[in-house]
Amino acid sequence: MYDIIIIGAGIAGLTSAIYASRANKKVLILEKQNYGGRIISAPHVKNYPGFLDISGVDLATNLYVQATSLGAELVFEDAVSIQNGINKKVITDKHEYECRAIIIATGLERRSLNIPGEKELVGKGISYCASCDGNFYKDKVVAVVGGGKSAIEDAEYLSNLASKVYLISRKDLEDKVEKDNIEVITNYSVDKINSSDTIESIDITNSSDTKNIKIDGLFISIGFDSSNEEFDSIIEVDDKGYIIADNTHTNLDGIFAAGDCCKKDLRQLVTAASDGAIAATEAIKYIEKNR
Amino acid sequence: MVIEGNKEIFEKEVLNGEGKVLVDFNATWCGPCKMLKPVLDQVAKDGKKIVAIDVDDDRDLAIEYGINSIPCLILFENGKEVKRSVGLVPINEIESLFED
Repeated sequence: MYDIIIIGAGIAGLTSAIYASRANKKVLILEKQNYGGRIISAPHVKNYPGFLDISGVDLATNLYVQATSLGAELVFEDAVSIQNGINKKVITDKHEYECRAIIIATGLERRSLNIPGEKELVGKGISYCASCDGNFYKDKVVAVVGGGKSAIEDAEYLSNLASKVYLISRKDLEDKVEKDNIEVITNYSVDKINSSDTIESIDITNSSDTKNIKIDGLFISIGFDSSNEEFDSIIEVDDKGYIIADNTHTNLDGIFAAGDCCKKDLRQLVTAASDGAIAATEAIKYIEKNR
Repeated sequence: MVIEGNKEIFEKEVLNGEGKVLVDFNATWCGPCKMLKPVLDQVAKDGKKIVAIDVDDDRDLAIEYGINSIPCLILFENGKEVKRSVGLVPINEIESLFED
């Protein structure tokens, strides 16, 4: 029996774990992918107080070491459902765990293009993380899909490695791009991936024509959605799937939510960390009261 | 536990080992390698054999197996390479390397 189970090992979840562990609570963190959450794809973090410039991976690793050295356990399993009660239950793809309080810190899920071949080619030419995988494309030709700030950042990062970068967006770009080896193509959407074992080219289409572009790598950077489907049968969410939480309290006693998975105005590292600290503190209060 | 390897251990446990052994080519300066480590620890705890090789300490092995990006995981079966995975991957992809 754990005191607190935290679902998600991003900034919010790991911060919760630090606060709960420092209060001597027995903490289990469940994570379906890797620790750190979305920030690991940022090569430079310059807005986290106290750090002038730190990589997302280093920041995440520091938090992971901090949480686990305080005694929190991290297990790589996918939480598929939760059950409420005095003792609560989290069911994963492999086990079931009991606890007194739950903190949901599932963050956001990246959007995919949802076109044939996309899933199969991840790691074989398709990536969602320029700073993780950019090094594989030194002096090669790549394309970035997306028109937002992070797509532009990805394209600029990759332009220092790849010989040529296509930046392909369905709309106009949100910002200017000033790099000689970036070719901006707007008002086109990617609708076909051509591959043998690895990616070879993409077909892009606008209202009047289709072009074929030969590439070695495709980086997809088209934003994020909430990912709380596993819990929304019992936890209240808004029309976009974000958890409705008041001072991290969800509609169910003893179940809390923290970070980007919540309905909120500002999704930043500091607001995720802040939620994490509050959720842990509220969860501890709940446990003490219901002893 | 993940076995911290070197050239001698690689020969004994991987090349002359029986069954499936996963080799994790990594380096101390590689952030994603650090992130992969707790995942590999869990897979090892579940009963899979994993040997870690530091590409700086054992440069010969890294060259021999053509490692130019890390983290790089290579699955050996009875001493022969059968599968390879490059980059930071979630646990289910590592577990699926061991499946036939």
